[in-house]
Amino acid sequence: MTTLNPAGWRPEMTPERRAKAATHSGNKALMLEEPLIFEIGSTETTGVDLAEPPAGKPRLGNLERTATIGLPGLAEPETVRHYTRLSRQNYAIDLGVFPLGSCTMKHNPRLNEKMARLPGFADVHPLQPVDTVQGALAVIQELAVWLIELTGMYGVAMSPKAGAHGELCGILCIKAALEARGEGHRKVILVPESAHGTNPATAAFAGYSVEDIPATADGRVDLAALKARLGPDVAAVMITNPNTCGLFERDMRAISDAVHAVGGYVYCDGANFNAIVGRVRPGDLGIDAMHINLHKTFSTPHGGGGPGSGPVVLSEALSPYGPLPFVAKQADGHFQLVEEETVGEDHPHSFGRMVAFHGQMGMFTRALTYILSHGADGLRQVAEDAVLNANYVLRSLDKTMTAPFGEAGPCMHEALFSDANLAEGFTTIDVAKGLIDEGYHPMTVYFPLVVHGAMLVEPTETESKAGLDAFIDALRSVVERAKAGDHSLKSAPHYAPRSRLDETLAARKPVLVWKEPEAAQAAE
Amino acid sequence: MRYLPLTDTDRSAMLATIGASSIDDLFVDVPEIARLDGPIHGLPLHASEMAVERHMAALASRNIAAGSVPFFIGCGAYKHHVPASVDHIIQRGEFLTAYTPYQPEIAQGTLQVMFEFQTQVARLLGTDVANASMYDGSTACWEAIGMARRITRRGKAILSGGLHPHYVSVARTMAKYTGDVLDTGLPALDADTDIAALIAKIDGDTSCVVVQYPDILGRIADLTALADACHANKALLVAVVTEPVALGAIKSPGEMDADIVVGEGQSIGVGLQFGGPYVGLFGCKEKYVRQMPGRLCGETLDAEGKRGFVLTLSTREQHIRREKATSNICTSSVLCALAFSVHMTLLGEAGLRKLADLNHIGAAAAADRLAEVDGVEVVNDSFFNEFTLKLSKESRGVVRALADKQILAGVSLGRLYPGAADLANGLVVAVTETTTEEDVEALAEALEEALA
Repeated sequence: MTTLNPAGWRPEMTPERRAKAATHSGNKALMLEEPLIFEIGSTETTGVDLAEPPAGKPRLGNLERTATIGLPGLAEPETVRHYTRLSRQNYAIDLGVFPLGSCTMKHNPRLNEKMARLPGFADVHPLQPVDTVQGALAVIQELAVWLIELTGMYGVAMSPKAGAHGELCGILCIKAALEARGEGHRKVILVPESAHGTNPATAAFAGYSVEDIPATADGRVDLAALKARLGPDVAAVMITNPNTCGLFERDMRAISDAVHAVGGYVYCDGANFNAIVGRVRPGDLGIDAMHINLHKTFSTPHGGGGPGSGPVVLSEALSPYGPLPFVAKQADGHFQLVEEETVGEDHPHSFGRMVAFHGQMGMFTRALTYILSHGADGLRQVAEDAVLNANYVLRSLDKTMTAPFGEAGPCMHEALFSDANLAEGFTTIDVAKGLIDEGYHPMTVYFPLVVHGAMLVEPTETESKAGLDAFIDALRSVVERAKAGDHSLKSAPHYAPRSRLDETLAARKPVLVWKEPEAAQAAE
Repeated sequence: MRYLPLTDTDRSAMLATIGASSIDDLFVDVPEIARLDGPIHGLPLHASEMAVERHMAALASRNIAAGSVPFFIGCGAYKHHVPASVDHIIQRGEFLTAYTPYQPEIAQGTLQVMFEFQTQVARLLGTDVANASMYDGSTACWEAIGMARRITRRGKAILSGGLHPHYVSVARTMAKYTGDVLDTGLPALDADTDIAALIAKIDGDTSCVVVQYPDILGRIADLTALADACHANKALLVAVVTEPVALGAIKSPGEMDADIVVGEGQSIGVGLQFGGPYVGLFGCKEKYVRQMPGRLCGETLDAEGKRGFVLTLSTREQHIRREKATSNICTSSVLCALAFSVHMTLLGEAGLRKLADLNHIGAAAAADRLAEVDGVEVVNDSFFNEFTLKLSKESRGVVRALADKQILAGVSLGRLYPGAADLANGLVVAVTETTTEEDVEALAEALEEALA
């Protein structure tokens, strides 16, 4: 059998569904159903023309793979059509406002894509002799310089693969520095309740116990409570600034000073750096380590959930402990790659290697392209417009929605609302799904955890005023419906490719891979 | 600035709506000491597309692109041809500029791709299930060791000397912080892998044995006995595949009863890119799925009974479990997974097998040709598309000398294992479908000269 599933898949058409769908195929004009490749492909079909392999005696150690693997192929036109049809079931920045708070869904410039695809960057092997990759090392070095300048820090570790990986890098630097001081016994990391989940997960991975720091009524770290908890067992605090409520931590410098006074370090989650780039340098606030999500502040594409990139800027105190490999510029302008072989006496305190190669080079070229395109003036304007857009959303909606910290002053790059004034029985999820029907991706929901039914709106600087006005009108109308108890919201979305999906069913009986219908039935 | 739509008129009107007199009013919470009033030191003002392109192109021109010279470098990243439609599809904005599919009703495109990817990967690796990808092969390998610790509640992992030394380094770094004990070693420059020695090391404290297949020197070993020995001691077998194209030709680790199979997916659909972004493959037996790290997509039904896909089992993950999560991982490598999946769909099983044959037969012919060179000995009995040469002198200098002649000869073991005198003459040579007979001839002749 070469066709994996000769019957193919058709949407299951119950009489009710058929009446509703009103089409024979289950499609609705441009809304097209698409089967799985396993239902339309065959193991004999291929979309690639390859030369016939010459005859030869295999030297595979008698381990030839003889059994069918079960990988379907499609010809090129079928392949392009399959993925194009699937792509149309996705919402994306290219389609409209994508106001996910804390995620920074800004426009992804296509020049970045073009530059990353230059053969001199895209077609270079990580283990080529360093003399043959001087341009690649120059990109890493040049980006490193700008990240250091933009943050006012001392050094930068470029290799972490994503934000959470960068957090781990920063915490490992802190741990190495403490151990070098003979203070490896410090076992506590303090994390505010509003932090991203990655913060406590990272600290726990590195062997620390995590304690919450309470917040004040205006949504910021409670400095007095923090000071009261600080002591010789505290290794570090992890603070997000601007924080996940979209507020600047006014006391950041005092927090840093207090932590340093007891011998601890300050880790800053830099996920929201886009709000302050060009206007505030974290280094001036006493930060010891901060990761920068290149896919947020510096516009590299999110790609449906990665790849990200998370370089970590470091203070002078932590820089000696940063990971291998890294790029060093020699006096003659030649770039050297410092790795296990060459680390020698120059960098003996490195905590070691975090990834096989040099980090996300493809993201470095994109981020550098972005930085050079904006320049010093443009980056500052990025922060200002991001903050302006968020405050515009906040003030346009704070009479319709409840903004828990709205009274306390302006927000930074994101506006936070709660579900406080919705009708009985209505919650944040209903607003989110109603917004889908209006043609928008919902805001971040139920995060941060410190606000009930949180709705976190981050418009970013790449939205126009007209675009924002339309979005604000749509959100207001959905909220008004939720306040009025409009029950049609409870079953929204009505116009998306799928209605609400049963996540409980998915988790209770996980189906994680496709099986031939007979095999799936046998497994029941 | 071309990426910023607001006009000054807009900005004034918006400030008025907000009730602020200037933009500075919105930054009032930033303490004075932290306000940066001047420009960023040294950073020029904004630049046109043309100007930026010129700058970046100048940097790119200072690299030797793999496709422009005879090229034999592998060891964890491989030069393969990627069909044009792969790059076209991953540049569609609906994939490129989407977020993690937290709102599944408007993210079925990404979710279905993840589900298809998981199935393709599981079948390729021979595992029951696979996740929606990790950062890369090296981090996937480390995560597998951590997963084995959680499952067995034991903390000693035995790493084969044939495991990529950078993967070993990553594991060693992480183990410092988790308390895992790693038993590591160097590969021997001969035809035999260390399977027998690994079996002898397994005991009641062993959480897992980690073995690369084919290994860093390109050697292929049957893992069946090793799997049996692991299971007899209630330890897990973790197999690492850095060249997934090989699995179109050789038995999958899953077929030999490996419990966890991880890999680097770069070879299929993802270019070399100087080391990243790549795509970590991660598959395991079904019974271990709840200890798996990373994103998982599962099938379900919507309110109307239609099939759909959602992220699932997220109670393992950091955004729910916080400090009790299986891993701190937050992203995966979805766009690279898409590239992998599209390329695999274009290949299909027939294409993958043919591609694997082309690689293997080409490599075998190259090994025969290079064996004719004075001062060259082929170390391997078995290999897929990569084998190791033992040269009559240290390979580092030879690689540098050949690079000066625009031939990228392979990876010297001196670079991968600094200080290991026994390995200094080793050179790992990779041959793929992109390698021509002329390339091999050029390498043979240049080696002849360098070793004379």
